[in-house]
Amino acid sequence: MSLLEIESLRIEFPGEEDEQLVAVKGVDLAVEQGEVVGLVGESGSGKSLTCRAVMRMVPEPGAISAGQVRFDGEDVLALGTSKLRDFRAHSVGMIYQNPFGSLNPTMRVGSQIAETLKVNKGMKRDAAKKEALALLDRVGIEDPEHRYRAYPHELSGGMCQRVMIAISTASSPRLMLADEPTTALDVTTQAQILKLLAKMRAEEGMAMLLVSHDFGVVAQACDRVAVMYGGHIVETGPAETIYHEPEHPYTRALLNSVPELDSAGNVQRRAALAGHPPELAEVIPGCVFAPRCEHAKQDCAEVAMKLEPVGPDHASACPVRPYANAGARSVDKGQRVEA
Amino acid sequence: MTEAVTEATKSGDVHLLEVESLVKEFGLRRGLAERIARKEVAPHRAVDDVSFTLDRSEILGIAGGSGSGKTTLARCLIRLIEPDGGSVRVDGIDIRAHKGAELRELRRRMQMVFQDPYASLNPRMTIGAALHEAGKVHNRPGSDNEQAFVSRLLGLVQLTDRIAPRKPRELSGGQRQRVSIARALAVDPELIIADEAVSALDVSVQAQLLNLFLDLREELGVAILFISHQLAVIAEVADRIAVMQKGRIVEAGATQEVFAHPKDEYTQALLRAHPHPDPRMRFVS
Repeated sequence: MSLLEIESLRIEFPGEEDEQLVAVKGVDLAVEQGEVVGLVGESGSGKSLTCRAVMRMVPEPGAISAGQVRFDGEDVLALGTSKLRDFRAHSVGMIYQNPFGSLNPTMRVGSQIAETLKVNKGMKRDAAKKEALALLDRVGIEDPEHRYRAYPHELSGGMCQRVMIAISTASSPRLMLADEPTTALDVTTQAQILKLLAKMRAEEGMAMLLVSHDFGVVAQACDRVAVMYGGHIVETGPAETIYHEPEHPYTRALLNSVPELDSAGNVQRRAALAGHPPELAEVIPGCVFAPRCEHAKQDCAEVAMKLEPVGPDHASACPVRPYANAGARSVDKGQRVEA
Repeated sequence: MTEAVTEATKSGDVHLLEVESLVKEFGLRRGLAERIARKEVAPHRAVDDVSFTLDRSEILGIAGGSGSGKTTLARCLIRLIEPDGGSVRVDGIDIRAHKGAELRELRRRMQMVFQDPYASLNPRMTIGAALHEAGKVHNRPGSDNEQAFVSRLLGLVQLTDRIAPRKPRELSGGQRQRVSIARALAVDPELIIADEAVSALDVSVQAQLLNLFLDLREELGVAILFISHQLAVIAEVADRIAVMQKGRIVEAGATQEVFAHPKDEYTQALLRAHPHPDPRMRFVS
């Protein structure tokens, strides 16, 4: 049994008149004990919503309209108020893109960590403070005694993110939900936070669901990757397989769009994907990617979006399979493509 | 236009843009302790003795972390922020020595494209009207025929004419950024300053826009100052790169050379921290 199992998850928002806008359209995803799974996709793909659904924190007026979320075999969607509170406090931790927004600006950061410990673990004041100092030290904050008394605005973005990591790991959760945890940070700080998350994982055996738009971040941190597009997972597999032998045309096109340092001195156009990701209100019959896909066939407007196995632990939702047995991907450059 | 400007334009062998020892300082507010002690607080040097040149049809990347002074530098170049020292010469003409109509003409030749296209377009104006207005203000040739003028600009940024009657909110992020670029092109600039112009876009759209910048350089011979915090994005388009840290250019050179043999410690740190999309190239073990 997997630690986290998401099955046929569907998230809807009320649209104009009686119409429902479907943001997540039947997502299946599993995270094993201690495993780091990356959820990668462009804006509006539904990756953040999928992540939030695990905590039942889909923003209003959105709602989970179908599907299942099981944590350690327990049905999260059926939990009552107090059980849900327990689940959020002890089983999962969450960090977001904007660490300033997640911290209380009027409280010293140390007290915020200690408060978590008092509420969630029932610690007494002195014990909580001692533990909070230890946590600050563990997340790599120098001079914890001094920083304990700092307010969020006195700390840099990277430090605030470290504080957030300290808070969310305070009760040793078995699963960490990280929604674009390094997007707002400088690249050097990003590297430090990624290293810290890797260290926490090694020490605690914590599993993680990492949401990111950045293939670089996902490649650094994840064992397995799920690629989302238009509310569906279109491909999933081991991180190396996804990068080197992507099966789905979207994954391939997306990877070919990723800017790389190796391009320095070789300034050429990339074979960019035309068009833009679908808007929430757009209803695309059949394969959601078909309108932008160069391999689309006529039946693509009729096929169901369903992940089918294409290799060991590797599944793709493209029935056409234009790259089956094509082997390693090569970066497509030098072509002129009209948008 | 003013004669001094047109005359200097014709003189050959000067760089399109020459920046020399540019300085911008921001005064800091004195805290209570300083005010009681009647002490001055040393100003913060956001741009500190920056010099570089840019030629026609050249793309120069400016890299650096947040707070390194990239944006302040860009704004000083067209005097959106008044520099405190040094000089900025466009085609040999010092932009700091001119005002009024002459300054306006110099600014026409340097156009900026910002990160958030939604904020740089008037939400109540149609795309066509916004593009036409830019051309009309600067009295550009062809701007008397609105439809043809707008259509040519939309064509340059690879959008269809159908966009012209729409408002910014009806467009996608990528389309909006194309419109901001078209608006910059409406006044026939020789230099485009792109300040994080592709940073807010999805990768698939980002790649399209990078291709567009390369097309514009090729078709119009426009030079581009390409500011980005992402080294990989600069690698995709820039001929040369200047890396900024704390207001100074710490390293500059051909992009390939700087990336292959970075000499400055900060450049090395930036390159080391770059997350490669290939899991086999991890720095996190």
